[in-house]
Amino acid sequence: MTTMKKRSGARSLFARRAALGALILTPALGLTLGAASPAQADHDVKLGLMLPYSGTYAALGESITNGLKLAIEQEGGSLGGHGVEYVALDSEANPSKAPQNMSRLVKGDGVDVVIGPVHSGVAMGMLRVAKQTGAITIIPNAGLEAATNQLCMPNVFRTSFSMWQNSYPMGQVAYDQGHRRIVTITWDYAGGKEDLAGFEQAFTEAGGEIVEQILVPFPSTEFQTYLAQIASIAPDAVYTFFAGGGGVGFVRDYAAAGLNDSIPLYGSGFLTDGNLVALGDAADGVQTTMHYAETLDTPQNQAFVAAYQEAYGEVPDTYAVQGYDAGKMLAQAYGAIDGEPTREALIAALGSVQLDSPRGPVSFSESHHPIQNVYLREVKDGEHHVTAIASPQLEVPDSACPMKS
Amino acid sequence: MLHRYPKRVTFLLLAGLALLIAYPAWGPALFGESSAFFMEKLTLMLIFALFAVSLDLLVGILGLVSLGHALFFGLGAYTLAMASPDFSPASLWWMLPLVMLVTGAVAAIVGVLVLRTKGIFFIMTTLAFGQMLFYTVSTSSMTGGTDGVFIMFRPSLAMGETPLVDLDNPLTFFYFCLALLVAVYLILRALTRSHFGQVLDGIHDNEHRMQALGYATTGYKLIAFVVSAMIAGVAGMLAAMQYGFANPAQLGWHHSGEVLMMVILGGMGTIFGPILGAFAYELLLYFYEHLTNHWPILMGMTIIVAVLVLPRGIAGLLLDPPGRKTSLFGPWSAARDAQQAERVASASQASAGKSAGEVSS
Amino acid sequence: MDLAFFGVQLLNGLQYGLLLFLIASGLTLIFGIMGIINLAHGAMYMIGAYLAFDLTQRLGNFWLAILIAVPIAVILGLVIERLFLDTLYKRDHLYQVLLTFGLILVLNEAQRIIWGGDVHSVALPAPFDGSIALTDNLQYPVYRLFVAAVCLALAGAIYWVIRHTRLGIVIRAGAVNREMVEGLGINIRTLFTLIFSVGVALSAFAGMMAAPLSSITPGMGDSILITCFVVVVIGGIGSIKGAFFGALLIGMAETFGPVLIPSLASMLIYLIMALVLLIKPRGLFA
Repeated sequence: MTTMKKRSGARSLFARRAALGALILTPALGLTLGAASPAQADHDVKLGLMLPYSGTYAALGESITNGLKLAIEQEGGSLGGHGVEYVALDSEANPSKAPQNMSRLVKGDGVDVVIGPVHSGVAMGMLRVAKQTGAITIIPNAGLEAATNQLCMPNVFRTSFSMWQNSYPMGQVAYDQGHRRIVTITWDYAGGKEDLAGFEQAFTEAGGEIVEQILVPFPSTEFQTYLAQIASIAPDAVYTFFAGGGGVGFVRDYAAAGLNDSIPLYGSGFLTDGNLVALGDAADGVQTTMHYAETLDTPQNQAFVAAYQEAYGEVPDTYAVQGYDAGKMLAQAYGAIDGEPTREALIAALGSVQLDSPRGPVSFSESHHPIQNVYLREVKDGEHHVTAIASPQLEVPDSACPMKS
Repeated sequence: MLHRYPKRVTFLLLAGLALLIAYPAWGPALFGESSAFFMEKLTLMLIFALFAVSLDLLVGILGLVSLGHALFFGLGAYTLAMASPDFSPASLWWMLPLVMLVTGAVAAIVGVLVLRTKGIFFIMTTLAFGQMLFYTVSTSSMTGGTDGVFIMFRPSLAMGETPLVDLDNPLTFFYFCLALLVAVYLILRALTRSHFGQVLDGIHDNEHRMQALGYATTGYKLIAFVVSAMIAGVAGMLAAMQYGFANPAQLGWHHSGEVLMMVILGGMGTIFGPILGAFAYELLLYFYEHLTNHWPILMGMTIIVAVLVLPRGIAGLLLDPPGRKTSLFGPWSAARDAQQAERVASASQASAGKSAGEVSS
Repeated sequence: MDLAFFGVQLLNGLQYGLLLFLIASGLTLIFGIMGIINLAHGAMYMIGAYLAFDLTQRLGNFWLAILIAVPIAVILGLVIERLFLDTLYKRDHLYQVLLTFGLILVLNEAQRIIWGGDVHSVALPAPFDGSIALTDNLQYPVYRLFVAAVCLALAGAIYWVIRHTRLGIVIRAGAVNREMVEGLGINIRTLFTLIFSVGVALSAFAGMMAAPLSSITPGMGDSILITCFVVVVIGGIGSIKGAFFGALLIGMAETFGPVLIPSLASMLIYLIMALVLLIKPRGLFA
């Protein structure tokens, strides 16, 4: 029986890779005997992590895991007096495997809370099982709007953002900076289109005009043809959503084509987040909106960045904060429950959590979406400089969610 | 190929079947509280087995390697998703025929086009059609795009108002999938032993000879292609039923590659082999995933080793156990080896002849 | 579409097409001469890009990095050929597809173990780090022109080797009749190893050349692989000339398609491929 119980001890964090590998060995051998029924009082809290640990998104999965574990270590390795046991599962960022993986955590390992995923397609598969089983799920990244809107349910929370929340504030910003005709560009996939929708809504509401919406086949990073198209339209500015390699490719190509001299580039924070080193000078002057920036000048953030660097030897990113807040959220909720932490009690406690997070104050709407600041950031000398709060304590409408009164 | 196998194969299959039927008796004892989850996993393996069997009809029996078979699997899933009403369960009485009709119709159109090509060109055209549907579904807002789509209610199987089988019950659904797999296996077994099956074998070995004998080989190939697609479509429908979720990843070429691997691992051209292959593949994957986060390396190496040392798969081991000098089933394997040699020879001649002019240009 | 815009897009299509040719040429060589389908070709493109990134970081010079990375790629190709492919020549394409599918999994994960999951980039190398003005608001990086020139030169070189050298004669003969070549006292095994290593190195080299152009990410070879297959199949598998014109066709389609018919952009190349195969089931230049 290799199931690991991880309590405090900062050093043990470094063995996380090996630990993850070891603890997920267990069910393979069919040895998960006497698994806990959900939320027993005298029992350890079982946290199921359904995050990508292999493939393209693995770095995000590790950041979230690091953040989560750091938060719980800071709480003395326990949640409201309960010990914590992690069950990690590689989601592979593969949507078609999402329901079976989620089902394994909930029914196979009997976890109390599932934390995941990174990828929106995977989130859809997880939500399906969350609906059927009522399993408490905390989404530490995936930005799909439906999770707290059309498909919202009492047992699902998110500590991240939705595409709309990050991009909507930018519409007003771009208008206020004097732009009237804007080209928007993203990949032809759900996340990108939801992101553009938020920006376009705010920008046209303010009185601006979207002269062209360009959809690039996913996941192509060959942008030359679109840059020529943008140049020939010559709009006032460009708003874009790309992430990861696409973000690096687009911003560099945009700069190499000399477009940033005449047409300012705006984007969702994911355009530059985690990409600053790879981007070099190319990102200078790019403005993005996002619910966090690692350079945020608050005592909470400075303490968090220092603690994270101490534990893992690297600067935390947005994903790490989202994982960290998931941990803090659980700690606060478990701490607030008197007596038996039943599922109902936990849901109620989670809903009223208020965090003094590294990203600023965070509370939760009736649809269980974080109400949080969205910052305007400009890249200068390879760093995000927070120039303003683009939208303070922004609540997402989630108007299709029946939980919204 | 005679498609008649030694007794031990029948025995093994029946034993496996009995074991699966008896799962409620031993599952909870072995897996404890996780037994419900493992039954889900087994259900999924049955569905993949159905998918693998359908591909075997193309790859193993007919000798056409498709790298786009997930097209039909995904099409089955999406047909269910699109045709299901939002607030009530659909009836399986018309959903099953509908899925078969849609996948069959698409297969007939695609089949007419791709069956004009052979060998690597067939591999590539099937891949191309698979990718076309993949992108159509990924970029359409009607299908939920890359995020996929929910099926809120599992179709029901009722006679009038009285439900015949409660498919919402996981155990019943497990038996339902098992029954479908057994039925499809028996149908395909009968098919391969029929005159029709012999013609397919003949096409596999030497299509020109069959044409010379007066067979309209394209028609035979098309029928096999359509049947194979319909079975894959049903498998896709079951997969979408199980979790109420369809996603474009089910249509992608990686999924086609996986099922191809199941067929090879199990032993192609035997119909029963791919069933074993699907179980073996999923079990291996499950084991590797729990061993290390770098499991793709282990899976990749397993595939490589299987190709190098076990080209005839698990079925090959069963039919020709290593260390047995004169196989109980000598004539079968001898004939098969001869066929294989002949095919390889003609294939290499063809490719050599073809590339000759091209490299010079 | 005004003339300047058209001209710019023509340049884009040409440049992208030439890069595609560089990757696809190795694929078509390996298939045409050895009869091997190499699905791991895209993974080698990715390895090439990561090698360029890693060595540029260590050595501080992109050109030096390429000088060292190319032999590494050749050796990697040699090892793969000797270890895995030896037994596959006589087998059905099916097994080649599967074995190289397995190789993709291994190489992709090996990349992640060695270099991690982060996105990287390589700065445009001097002296090609400038750009020229195309229109009043659009510039074109000189490095892209340089890459196009290199691809053209390599295309010419491959053509010349196959057409006009003794090695080319042997290669052409080997593709027609292996036994005859062996009879002439030429070791066909060595020839195959050479071809495979060169083919794989071409793909890795394309990855190195492309490294400063775009971002370097895990799995970047997967999508390029499928595109290259489309190129090779359209041109006619095994034909260098076909790969060349197929690559230009796809380059143009991927450049003009999104502008002219945006709704079909993501599946345009598959549509073209299906159409070509319906008219000429063996490709345009077979």
